[in-house]
Amino acid sequence: MAAAPKSNDVKTEARPLEAAAIAKDVLFTAILAFIILGPILGLKTFAISGSLALEQRWGLVAVFAAIAAAGRLAYHLLVWQKPQARPSKAASASFLPAISFGKYLVPVVLILAIALPFLPGVDRRVVDLAILILTYIMLGWGLNIVVGLAGLLDLGYVAFYAVGAYAYALLATIYLPAWFGDGIVPWAFFITLPIAGILAALWGVILGFPVLRLRGDYLAIVTLAFGEIVRVILINWSDFTGGPAGIGGIPRPSFFGLPFTDGEGGFAAFFGLDFKPIHRIIFLYYVILVLALLTNFVTMRLRRLPVGRAWEALREDEIACRSLGINTTSTKLTAFAIGAMFAGFAGSFFATRQGFVSPESFVFLESFIILAVVVLGGLGSQIGVVIAAIVIIGAFEVFRELNFLKAVMPAGFDPVQYRMLAVGAALVLIMRWKPRGFVTRREPSVVLKEKKAISTDLVAEGHG
Amino acid sequence: MAASGQDALLRVEHLSMRFGGLTAIGDLSFTAARNDITAIIGPNGAGKTTVFNCLTGFYKPTEGSVILTHEDGKQFLLERMDDFRISQQAKVARTFQNIRLFAGMTVLENLMVAQHNTLMRASGFTVTGIFNSPTYARANREAIEFSEHWLEKAGLVDRADDAAGELPYGDQRRLEIARAMCTKPVLLCLDEPAAGLNPRESEDLNGLLLNIRNEQKIAILLIEHDMSVVMGISDHIVVLDYGVKISDGSPAEIRSDPAVIRAYLGVEDEEEAEVVVERAVAAVAKKPAGKKVAAKKPPARKKGGRK
Amino acid sequence: MEYFLQQLINGITLGSIYGLIAIGYTMVYGIIGMINFAHGDVFMVGGFVSLIAIVALGVTGGSGFFPIILALVLVVFIAMIIASAYNWTIERVAYRPLRGSFRLAPLISAIGMSIVLQEFVRIAQDGRPKPLQPIVTGGYEIMSREAAQGEFIVRLSNMQIFIIITTLILMAVFTAVITRTSLGRAQRSCEQDMKMASLLGIDINRTISITFIMGAALAAVAGLMFFLYYGVTDFYVGFLAGIKAFTAAVLGGIGSIPGAMIGGLIIGLIEVFWSAYFSIEYKDVAAFAMLAAVLIFLPQGILGKPEIEKV
Ligand SMILES: Nc1ncnc2c1ncn2[C@@H]1O[C@H](COP(=O)(O)OP(=O)(O)OP(=O)(O)O)[C@@H](O)[C@H]1O
Ligand SMILES: [Mg+2]
Repeated sequence: MAAAPKSNDVKTEARPLEAAAIAKDVLFTAILAFIILGPILGLKTFAISGSLALEQRWGLVAVFAAIAAAGRLAYHLLVWQKPQARPSKAASASFLPAISFGKYLVPVVLILAIALPFLPGVDRRVVDLAILILTYIMLGWGLNIVVGLAGLLDLGYVAFYAVGAYAYALLATIYLPAWFGDGIVPWAFFITLPIAGILAALWGVILGFPVLRLRGDYLAIVTLAFGEIVRVILINWSDFTGGPAGIGGIPRPSFFGLPFTDGEGGFAAFFGLDFKPIHRIIFLYYVILVLALLTNFVTMRLRRLPVGRAWEALREDEIACRSLGINTTSTKLTAFAIGAMFAGFAGSFFATRQGFVSPESFVFLESFIILAVVVLGGLGSQIGVVIAAIVIIGAFEVFRELNFLKAVMPAGFDPVQYRMLAVGAALVLIMRWKPRGFVTRREPSVVLKEKKAISTDLVAEGHG
Repeated sequence: MAASGQDALLRVEHLSMRFGGLTAIGDLSFTAARNDITAIIGPNGAGKTTVFNCLTGFYKPTEGSVILTHEDGKQFLLERMDDFRISQQAKVARTFQNIRLFAGMTVLENLMVAQHNTLMRASGFTVTGIFNSPTYARANREAIEFSEHWLEKAGLVDRADDAAGELPYGDQRRLEIARAMCTKPVLLCLDEPAAGLNPRESEDLNGLLLNIRNEQKIAILLIEHDMSVVMGISDHIVVLDYGVKISDGSPAEIRSDPAVIRAYLGVEDEEEAEVVVERAVAAVAKKPAGKKVAAKKPPARKKGGRK
Repeated sequence: MEYFLQQLINGITLGSIYGLIAIGYTMVYGIIGMINFAHGDVFMVGGFVSLIAIVALGVTGGSGFFPIILALVLVVFIAMIIASAYNWTIERVAYRPLRGSFRLAPLISAIGMSIVLQEFVRIAQDGRPKPLQPIVTGGYEIMSREAAQGEFIVRLSNMQIFIIITTLILMAVFTAVITRTSLGRAQRSCEQDMKMASLLGIDINRTISITFIMGAALAAVAGLMFFLYYGVTDFYVGFLAGIKAFTAAVLGGIGSIPGAMIGGLIIGLIEVFWSAYFSIEYKDVAAFAMLAAVLIFLPQGILGKPEIEKV
């Protein structure tokens, strides 16, 4: 159980404890775990004839308390007794050893990504998962502009994703057909994509403007509030947004006008292929791959432009920025707007892929997962986002694969139920282990003689 | 020498700044001439940094006005301008008492950020720059060259690609000055540039300052506690105590002003003050330039560039 | 007028609960400068533990006055102890190792903890809302008026009296602890300057742990009252209540305990009046908008002083 204490302050010097002290500490852990788990896990309430009754599960509590104690004991024996085995501060510098390694990594990953749908053994499920991961990579890259580069902590990023998704849903189902006739529908995605991006960027500015003066946790909590406001409005403004039920029947994407249908005029017929449903999935995969790469390309370019440098400078020291004549207001707003724009693109893609949107897809948890992708990857690191998205979304997926556990565990055990719990606990633990994320190197945006990576220990985390 | 009204680059008139009940500056007036080094001195908490903050727009003064006149006759009322516009349009640059570098960016990047406005224009406010338009590519090259020029002056070329936060303290001070110069200012405000430097670093700094003074046609406002530096390089000195100007004049005039010595040494008695003045004057006169006659110990070294 | 009075009573009741939660936020923010995102969920855990204790003790609305009071006191104690154990552990596991490190890490860790608590309760207690028959029943009619739709009665229920009185007592005790004891002094010195406090021999870790425990104890009481007041609880109540309470803490001036209480009352009143006079659907929008407005326009809060940033 993650709620049980696993260790003391990691930073205090490792000191071998005496056996008696260890025993006492382990006992304390067991008792604490018992207190914490006892009532909620040990006494399950259930409704019976209009009132509540309790089911006792003390065995379960004892098992978990024993696990917590055993974990604590293992920690004492394996981690604390061997101080030399613990990585020093210097050794924790980087997940990717050096930039040169990254030089080969990037093309290899890119080629793999392009070839993925045609690799042997890749079926629809894999492509679907790849689409999901790419969506989070794109969102991560978009949010990286705001959080990683400009240092503005945004906990309501999903609002812009929602704006993009609803923009596409509404335009494609209602407005475009009404204005231009049904013939436009196959093209709706490509027409709406830029509009969705612009709308989301506009929202980025609208929501960004009032929070310009805020910093740190206050900025985080206000953006969280804005994200929730957008969601509550989506739920309650039924006439426009379809309310809690959302909007269905959103047109699927076409291959530049050729629908993915069986028979005449379809994609398969046009190219003389056998009709297969997976064609559409593969097309979607390439759409999100292109969108994500576009996001990455634009971000990399922007970093080498004055705006990008101003974002990073803003993260480092806002007052120094102002003393150098940088308009911090417009710098922050462009960060919000461009970050939001990419979320808008991703939102449109989400809508066309799902075929339906509802407020449930845009909860706070979603914002948090995107932020976790960025922070876990290492703020400002593009490759870090890729790694973190694969780790987090992959972890979610792993729980679907754990069905064999149903055989060994008691009846009614469903591993998927535990995935949020596990990911939440994993985040807590990973933050202890790598508070700055996986990639802790920053690449300079301009070089005079020799490119040297900068340890992110020097990089400020921004004010806002 | 005190600038005549005509030649003044900067005119500060009846400036006051109050924080709640505390009067950090009270009715301060002085001028700074083009091409002069004007020193602002005074004991701790006298309000020197607050004057800089009022000049550069970080604080809005409670009363008074600050007028900057460019060579072409263009006037700026600094107390009414946003902080970033003061740098952008009125061309006032500054450094900070507790160094504010972009610690996680390289030395070169620090200087490139300082040329933000030039580069922004060249990049068509990002629209054309994103396609790497020839105009932007050229401007970018020129900006790198200009940065290199200042890196040479500051003796930092070899460290151009290192993170600013990794530099030793003295290098950080010089980098901050170089960064300020990269905004091409007409007025450079330096807040205790020599504070916490060892003698070697101090010498390097003096070299840079003298170079700026001799080669650039700009005015410098200098806050400094090190009297040898102040007396050695400034043309004009303003002395503050408790936010009030107690003296104003050439180094020679300041040296012989009893009010100044009294403020610095906290002597109550008039007669005693005179003795102290004489001794101090003698001391200042005897010491060769370059050695320290600090009126007070420099403040403890602060961790550079980090908050 | 009568309608207004009734809303006022309801608002003060709700505001008391928010105020108690807000104290936990304000103390933790004051001392380590971070939002304990999991605090709302500790409040939720407090509510659940109370529910389980009440069911286990078998108290119902018909148990009689003294047995009910006795049972409630017992339940409050159990809830306080267990919620404190939770918050203490959270601080040890998720925050202490990250103290003084990169600022975003504790935030991610805190939200991660919040998710862990919600999911733990959801899985352990099957995720359904848990209704309970009212235990504290009855009340007083303060005023009544013949209206077109029938008689409108202004009521002050015993539950509301219980909530308001408990809150007042806890407030008094806490203010005394903070202002009179060496513990309070240690807390205030850590707020001012943690390094200096530690140099002067104050045990910082202990002081912070106690702060978390105190915040959790108050949140547990709030959890019990919230649950008794609404008669139902679920694993998700902590999120919204937590955000509203945080708003209250900021509104009152972060770090100020009376401020948290005042802020709580204001937020409670706004929520109740907004629902009564405008629209229930958008009541959370009102709370969020209020939060944004407070942080943007009054970040120093009602009892705080505006500051000019030193350069
Ligand atoms: N933002 C602020 N809020 C409140 N008081 C301030 C603020 N900034 C400065 N002060 C006060 O104004 C007075 C003057 O401060 P200032 O920093 O200008 O002194 P200084 O002459 O630069 O001293 P030093 O030699 O120590 O740098 C001090 O008493 C200081 O506490
Ligand atoms: Mg100063």
